[in-house]
Amino acid sequence: MISPDQVEAMIKSGLPDAEVAVQDLTGGGDHYQVAIVSSKFEGLSLVKRHQLVYKAVDTAMSSEAIHALSLETNTPSEVATNT
Amino acid sequence: MSPETKTKIDTLVEQNKVMVFMKGTKLMPQCGFSNNVVQILNMLGAPYETLDVLADPEVRQGIKEYSNWPTIPQVYINGEFIGGSDILIKMYESGNLQETVEVALAS
Repeated sequence: MISPDQVEAMIKSGLPDAEVAVQDLTGGGDHYQVAIVSSKFEGLSLVKRHQLVYKAVDTAMSSEAIHALSLETNTPSEVATNT
Repeated sequence: MSPETKTKIDTLVEQNKVMVFMKGTKLMPQCGFSNNVVQILNMLGAPYETLDVLADPEVRQGIKEYSNWPTIPQVYINGEFIGGSDILIKMYESGNLQETVEVALAS
């Protein structure tokens, strides 16, 4: 189990410019939904974007502290177009 | 990952246009994310093959290295890793998935 703040800190360590919104889906601290906006995603496929995020949280994923991580990854310009 | 496991995954991914590594089976998915993928592919009506990683610990670990992706389910179309549940949902909503599957089946 891991706190939402820890999840956010781990993601920001890998993606320093990221805006991160973490939601604990079950209240159990192991199923998270995370929305991330970062310029690092520019020009990358969804697979590549998610791989960047997974890399940042690698230790928590491989120790199974995080069981499930649902991701929404956007670039700042995509957010601007959608709103 | 052992060479045998790598060969096994290679073969499954090459021989099936749409291949899903999941927890449980098409009829009885054992995880909500695996279930999402099955429901979407059923809606498309395209043929697909699945492997239950819960019954195959070697593949369960190996597939994570294979794609550099730490979670299951994993979907492969035409030999290419497409993503997990989130990406499949997004592609389905945008219509990209239907297109990708049609192209794969026609090739």
